[in-house]
Amino acid sequence: MTDAPSYLSPTGQEIVFLLLGAVAVGAALLVVTTRQLVHAALWLVVTFGALAGCYLVLTAEFVAWVQVLIYVGAIVVLLLFGIMLTRAPIGRSADLDSGNRPAAALVALATAAVLVTVVVDGFRTAYAPLRAGGGSAGEIGSSVFRNWVLPFEALSVLLLAALIGAIVLSRTDIRGRG
Amino acid sequence: MRTTLLAAADPTLADFGHDPLWISIIKAVVIFIVLMLGVLFGVWFERKLISRMQNRYGPNRAGKFGLLQSVADGLKMGLKEDLMPRTVDKVIYFIAPVVLAVPAFLAFSVVPMGPKVSMFGVETPLQLTDLPVAVLLVLAMASVGVYGIVLAGWGSRSPYAMLGGLRASAQVVSYEIAMGLSFVGVFLYAGTLSTSEIVGAQAGGNEIFGVPMPSWYMITLFPSFVIYVITMLGETNRVPFDLPEGEGELVGGFQTEYSNSLKFAVIMLAEYVNVFVVSAMSITLFMGGWRAPWPISLWDGANSGWWPLLWFFAKMVLVFAFFIWCRASLPRVRYDQLMALGWKILIPVNLAWILLIATAKAFRLTGTDRTLVYALGIVVLVGCALIWWRFDSVMQRRKEEREAQVQAEFEELGAEPAAGGFPVPPLDLPHYHGVARKEVSSGSN
Repeated sequence: MTDAPSYLSPTGQEIVFLLLGAVAVGAALLVVTTRQLVHAALWLVVTFGALAGCYLVLTAEFVAWVQVLIYVGAIVVLLLFGIMLTRAPIGRSADLDSGNRPAAALVALATAAVLVTVVVDGFRTAYAPLRAGGGSAGEIGSSVFRNWVLPFEALSVLLLAALIGAIVLSRTDIRGRG
Repeated sequence: MRTTLLAAADPTLADFGHDPLWISIIKAVVIFIVLMLGVLFGVWFERKLISRMQNRYGPNRAGKFGLLQSVADGLKMGLKEDLMPRTVDKVIYFIAPVVLAVPAFLAFSVVPMGPKVSMFGVETPLQLTDLPVAVLLVLAMASVGVYGIVLAGWGSRSPYAMLGGLRASAQVVSYEIAMGLSFVGVFLYAGTLSTSEIVGAQAGGNEIFGVPMPSWYMITLFPSFVIYVITMLGETNRVPFDLPEGEGELVGGFQTEYSNSLKFAVIMLAEYVNVFVVSAMSITLFMGGWRAPWPISLWDGANSGWWPLLWFFAKMVLVFAFFIWCRASLPRVRYDQLMALGWKILIPVNLAWILLIATAKAFRLTGTDRTLVYALGIVVLVGCALIWWRFDSVMQRRKEEREAQVQAEFEELGAEPAAGGFPVPPLDLPHYHGVARKEVSSGSN
């Protein structure tokens, strides 16, 4: 940790990072405000893409491409698959707004406020200079499997349980007990 | 006892990122042009070769040997009216072919095509760029390309196109998992995800008792290679996994509404570039990349200068010919067969194989606690056997139950043909079991 340089002379990296952040937030707003269901999913792709760009600017190459591979390439495709399998509307749908709009906005603002205060409070003027290769596959692998093995294994068990749960829920030939 | 015969000309990651801008531009433009020409002549080559396999001539009117057939087709598509169906989602209908094509071209930027050469006085590797995670980039680009198909299918607003898009999304997502897993073996052995270093890692094999062992991963990691070959057919929607197009049942699948205009040409272009990308990946990861195959590699100059471009190109032609061979000889699989193959065979086999090579790798590390590895191996094996035994006995029981049910039904219907509510003929009529004599004797007409 070194002293932070002045905010008034941002480097090119910082400008790109801020722009990508703006793209991510703007696209995320469009996800919840657009009246076309499939377009909402596509704006979600833009959000995830901008997030991957942020990781890339922070030299976390591995995480960035995995973000594209998993979130853009698999999760939103599955969302689209689900939408298309059910009704796949083209054009505007009138019934996309729910009555919970004010409550949702409140919750979103509160969450954002909590996150921002925690981050600002936690790091304040701390400044970590970026170095190339800091987010490479090797570094991430050794830190996950040396320092964070237990959380990693707990997460894998959680995902496995979710997977098995999904299979059990979707199969009609497995009877419930009682 | 590893002999890495790395020459000074072999590029490593450190060699990238130093090119002057104009060299990068030249490389990018050349790759783009070569891919475009590759598609033009690839289409011609495919049509010609498949014709020969089907005992006919194929295109032979436009130009010598029909070489200009694709050029003529392209011109025709460019001159056709560009239809925009009335009810489509206009933006998405328009950008879908672009989304399909751009990632395909981008993925080719990390394909190594040769060692360092002198290009206009600048020492530079024959590869546009390389990343520490280059192979992941290719996978990510392939997964972005799916959007082109899904959006083309959805935006067309037509049932056939929609079905094609649905099939494509499920198929590509499933096969991408198996494809990613088949790379894991290569990563474990090469110790890197960068394409140029993976090629470098296949340079020299181990020597066992003085006999050099083969160094290509297609031999040392044969199961990974076989799985990759299957998934590369599935990932590019080629026969026998071309269900998203399925012209037999879905007209043209996701591209039905793209009548023969330039948009269709872009879709076609993207499909062929995708085929080239997965072929190049199979060469890079499993067939030694641009390195010369064995008899040629005895010649010292084989892996230096511009020669490797030739080996790379020859391998590309061979892999592409394999694609055509498959198309000429295999029928299209059913959709449930496709999914069962992907999820129930390729992924479990792949995981077991990864476990096996990881164990083998663990033994080679110095300072490994061998008893621990043995104990873990025995636990895993016994566990697998127990799970298999349990599934097998349950399956056996279900099968017997089903057979008993069918038998009971058969007896019931035999006694009383109308028992199920439908009047059916008795189930033991003689011709169900084959009749002793032919009902129409041969030569009666």
